[in-house]
Amino acid sequence: MDTTNKNEGRRDFLKKSTALAALTIASPALIKAGDNDEKIAAYFEKVPLELEINGQAYKLSVEPRVTLLDLLREQLGLTGTKKGCDHGQCGCCTVHVDGKRINSCLSLAVMSHGKKVTTIEGLAKGEELHPMQEAFMKHDGFQCGYCTPGQIMSAIGCIREGHANTAEDVREYMSGNICRCGAYPNIVDAIMEVKKGGKQL
Amino acid sequence: MINFEYTRVNSAKAAVAAKSKNVAAQFIAGGTNLVDLMKKGVTAPQRLIDINALPLKDISSDAKGLSIGTLVPNSVAAENKLVLEKYPLLAMALNAGASAQLRNMATVGGNIMQRTRCPYFYDITMPCNKRIPQSGCGAMEGYNRMHAIFGASDKCIAVHPSDMCVALAALNATVVISGTKGEKKIPFANFHRLPGDTPELDNNLQTGELITAVHIPANRFNRSYYLKVRDRLSYAFALVSVAVALEVTDGSIRSASIAMGGVAHKPWRLTEVEKYLIGKSITANVFKEAAEIGMKNAKTYQHNQFKVKMGKSAIVEALTKATS
Repeated sequence: MDTTNKNEGRRDFLKKSTALAALTIASPALIKAGDNDEKIAAYFEKVPLELEINGQAYKLSVEPRVTLLDLLREQLGLTGTKKGCDHGQCGCCTVHVDGKRINSCLSLAVMSHGKKVTTIEGLAKGEELHPMQEAFMKHDGFQCGYCTPGQIMSAIGCIREGHANTAEDVREYMSGNICRCGAYPNIVDAIMEVKKGGKQL
Repeated sequence: MINFEYTRVNSAKAAVAAKSKNVAAQFIAGGTNLVDLMKKGVTAPQRLIDINALPLKDISSDAKGLSIGTLVPNSVAAENKLVLEKYPLLAMALNAGASAQLRNMATVGGNIMQRTRCPYFYDITMPCNKRIPQSGCGAMEGYNRMHAIFGASDKCIAVHPSDMCVALAALNATVVISGTKGEKKIPFANFHRLPGDTPELDNNLQTGELITAVHIPANRFNRSYYLKVRDRLSYAFALVSVAVALEVTDGSIRSASIAMGGVAHKPWRLTEVEKYLIGKSITANVFKEAAEIGMKNAKTYQHNQFKVKMGKSAIVEALTKATS
């Protein structure tokens, strides 16, 4: 399915005006018309990107510098995935790419070409929550909730990787997800319960 | 982030050709360090060559040892049966690094190529000879708690941040490289450089060259341990770390290989300690003496003097854990 970028008009306008500004600033002596056009085109060149997000196919065109996180939030409106530190240190932006948990803030969107991405929005089946979502609610695994999407995505990865055998194990393999409120004991309880439930995640 | 051109390549040959043509280009694999550096403005490659599609993701072993493809994720290497069976030291070191998410993204080659985490290197408002040659060093007179105690120069006191590389140094690994002139191998000990007068060069890889694999030779080590000392229990860079690999028979050390992390611009081999340990029995006094020898030539700065005492304790602890 094709998805139109709702911000395209605005972004295109901004880009064109930046390019025009660059042209006006550049000394005319330095500009060889054709040469300059090519440079500006290369600078703003978008790369075709095909990927699947939460079971839905997307055919997009993105600048290479756009991270997977920014693509999800800014261009596709999937704001469930959060931007915390934007440097891979807090884990708020955790999503699954081909089933593996990663930090979407340190991954360029173009690197997910041909891959399957799952975000927090893709976990529930209709009204039925994912067992990890249920467990976080039951155990009160959050306070402000900002880190929660990343915690839940990471927790599912933790169990899939076969790591949540003890509470200590959970703490070690969830260390890439920081909770500023300190809901850690309840997060550990939620993950342990899902692990003991033995469901295929 | 400053924009850049982006190309995907499908073979090592194409990757090398693309890089040789453009000195301002960089390879990207996992991206965990490079994307961060680009966001911070520390580096701004004109072009990124995406090598993720290259068929360099295998782990294989034969009588000579184990080969790990450059694109094997750190998490995959850490969980691999051959690695766990034959080189548990490497698995321990891999699991001590970063977080589970980052280990899923970061590749073996990228781990070797990662840059220092010296905060003065990362802060583009500060002088840094590694980032901008001849601009000075912010760390020398700054907050240098995390910095080197071995092999530093008056130009740079940064440390190499990797855990994996410390284990690979202790295991006498070689880095397999593909370039325009074909394949070559560099022993791990000669791969990374000391800062000297050119701290901008982290290693001896030449323009256009691509790491394709790491090879670990078969060995007789039957005791090993990776000890990492850090500010919190998980997900922090090492203050000091120690990789110990020993061949022990009848309570006596036949051969030893020991490397430290968090103390130098490259994984730091303790060759004098290794020599000392040969033929020694496993006693607390032997380990204590080994630690004294290991830290003998340490040179500290204002805020990292603690690393000498910590280094000694870490050596004793790692040797003790490896042999108990």
